[in-house]
Amino acid sequence: MYSLPLDKLDTLFETIGSKEPLYVPVDNSSGKADFQRWSKGTVMSRALKTVRSAKDFFFPKTENLVNFKMNGKKIELEDPRKEMEDFVVFGVRACDAASFAIVDDVYINMKPVDTYYKNRRDHATVVTLACTDPAQTCFCKLYNIDAADPRGDVSAWIAGGSVYFQPNTDKGKKFIAGADTLLKESGSDTVEAQQQATREKIAALPFVNLDLSTYGGEKMLALFNSKVWDDLSGTCLGCGTCTYVCPTCMCFDVRNFDTGNGIKQYRCWDSCMYSDFPKNGRGPIPA
Amino acid sequence: MQDDKLSTAAVRDTLVSRASALLKEGKVQIVLGWRKGLFDYDVTPSLFTTAEDIERNFVYNEWCGANLSKYLVKETRRIETAKDTVRTNNKMAKAKNPDAADAPEPQTKILVFLKPCDTYSFTELLKEHRISRDDVYAVGVPCDGMKDPEKKDISERCTVCKSKKHVTYDELVGEDGAVQDSKRFDMVEKLEAMPAEERFAFWQGELSRCIRCNACRDICPACTCEHCIFDNPNSGASQKVAADDFEESMYHIIRAWHVAGRCTDCGECSRVCPQNIPLHLLNRKFIKDINELYGPYTAGSDMETKPPMLTWTKDDAEPNVVYTRDKADTQGGR
Repeated sequence: MYSLPLDKLDTLFETIGSKEPLYVPVDNSSGKADFQRWSKGTVMSRALKTVRSAKDFFFPKTENLVNFKMNGKKIELEDPRKEMEDFVVFGVRACDAASFAIVDDVYINMKPVDTYYKNRRDHATVVTLACTDPAQTCFCKLYNIDAADPRGDVSAWIAGGSVYFQPNTDKGKKFIAGADTLLKESGSDTVEAQQQATREKIAALPFVNLDLSTYGGEKMLALFNSKVWDDLSGTCLGCGTCTYVCPTCMCFDVRNFDTGNGIKQYRCWDSCMYSDFPKNGRGPIPA
Repeated sequence: MQDDKLSTAAVRDTLVSRASALLKEGKVQIVLGWRKGLFDYDVTPSLFTTAEDIERNFVYNEWCGANLSKYLVKETRRIETAKDTVRTNNKMAKAKNPDAADAPEPQTKILVFLKPCDTYSFTELLKEHRISRDDVYAVGVPCDGMKDPEKKDISERCTVCKSKKHVTYDELVGEDGAVQDSKRFDMVEKLEAMPAEERFAFWQGELSRCIRCNACRDICPACTCEHCIFDNPNSGASQKVAADDFEESMYHIIRAWHVAGRCTDCGECSRVCPQNIPLHLLNRKFIKDINELYGPYTAGSDMETKPPMLTWTKDDAEPNVVYTRDKADTQGGR
C-alpha cells in the first residue's frame, strides 16, 4: 500500500494530469457532481456519487461508428476512430466500478467483441475511491460489493489526513509508478480502521439485508406477473432517466445521418422506456 | 398564515376520510394521490382503488410536490374509451337486432387532489380539451410549500409561489388563498441584464449537462401532443441523445416555444431533471415577455381569457415593436 498526504492530492493530479487526460468528480453549478477533465485549480468533489455513471467514459451517449463516402458509384468506408490515448478516471465508487464487469460481459466477453467499447476500456485506468459515508438508499452489500474495499485498477482511500493507494492490476501498477516521486510505501492500519467503521455503517443500512432468494430462474415469471407492477407503472412517465443514469444499462440505437455526400453512421444511447424501442423487436405497425 | 390553519397531519386525515367515503359511496372509482415511499421524502404519484389502500398508503405532507394534473389526460381518456367501446357495441348489437337491450355505459370517475398551483395546470388542460371534466372529481388541497427531496429544504418554485388560490375544484379542503405577489421573475431579470456572452455561457453550462432523458417533456402538463415532434424517426429526430451541445440547447428552446403561453410555471420540468437544469427559467422568460408584450396573462388562471399566443388584436405588439425593444435593450439582444 502507498500513501500521500491529503494536501498533496492536487500535486498528484498535476503529475498525472500533465501526462494524460485525468477525470475527477467535480461539483457543478447545480450542486451535483459530474466527472470533468482535471485542469489546474479543479477541486475534487466530496459528493457520494456523480449523477451520471463513469460508464459514460466507455459507452458515451453518442459515438460515430463509420462514415460512408460516395465517390461517383464507389462507396468508401472510413473508420472515424482516432488513435485513443490513455486516460485516468479518478474517484469511481465501488458500485459503479463493479458495474463495468457486467457491461464487459456483453461487449467484451461475448462475440462479436464491441471494439469501440473495448478500445476505451483498454485505454482507461480506473482509480476507485472507498466510501466512508454511505446513503440510506445504498445497498451495495446486498450484491457483495464492498464500498470500503472498491476494486478497479487502483483502490484508494482518504483516511486520517492521507490518501492511500493499492494497485490491483498492471495498469494500476503503472499508475503508481507514474507517481512514485510523491508516494511512499505505507502500512494499512489506518485504512483497515476506516474500512471497519464504514462496514459497520453499511451493515446498519435498511436495504443491505433484503432476501434475494425470491429472485432468479423460474421464480422470475411469478415476479414478472406480480401486481406490484400495476402500482408502479400506473404513474410511470416513461422517460429515460433511470436507464440513462444506470451504470449497467447498455442499449444503443444505430442511426444514419445523411451528410449530403455520404452517410455518417453513429450510435446513441437508447432506452427501453422509449416508444420506438419495442418496434426493434416487433417491426413497424402494419398499415 | 392563519392560526386556525389545519395541520398537515389533519389535512392528510381529512383527505383520506373524504377519499375513502367517496369510494365507498361509489361517487368515484379511482383516486389519484400521493403514495408513501420507502423513506419520508420519496413520495410518488399513485392511483388508488380501495379505501384500505388509501388508509394505509396515502400521504399528504411537505414531500408531495408532484403535480397530478397531467395523469388525468391518460386516465380520463381510458374512461372515455371504455364508454365509447360500450356505445359502439350497443350500436352494433342494435344493427343486428333492433330490440337488443343497451348495455350500460361504465360510470367511472376519478378523484384528484390538487394543490393551488396544480389547479392552474388542471384548468389549462381543461381549456385545451385534454381532460374530460365530467370524469373528474377535483378536490383542492391547501399547500404551505413543498420540499425538494434532495435539498431536504423548500423548493425554489415554492419560495416564489405565485398563488395560493385554487382555480378549479369541486370541493375544497381548508380555506382558499389568494394570488400572491411573487418574485419569480427576479432571476430572469438577472439573466436579461447579463452581457450576451455571459448569458450564453450560463445556458451552455446548464444545458450541456442534459442527457435527453425527456423527463422534462414527459412530466410537463403542457406537453400533451399525441406524437411529440422530438419523437419522429422519419424527421431524423427521435428523442434520442443529441449529437452535440447545440442540439441539446435547441431541444430545450424549441420545447419552451411549444409551451409558450400555455406554461403555468408549475416547475415540474426542473423538479424531475436528474441534472438539476433550471429549465423553468426558460419558461419564465417566455411568460415575462408575453406579459410585457401582450399584457399580463397567467395560463390556467381561468377558462375564459383567450391565450395571447392564440389571439390577434389590433393592439397587439407589432413584430417591429418586438424587434425595436430588442434593439433598444442591447443587453436583451439575441
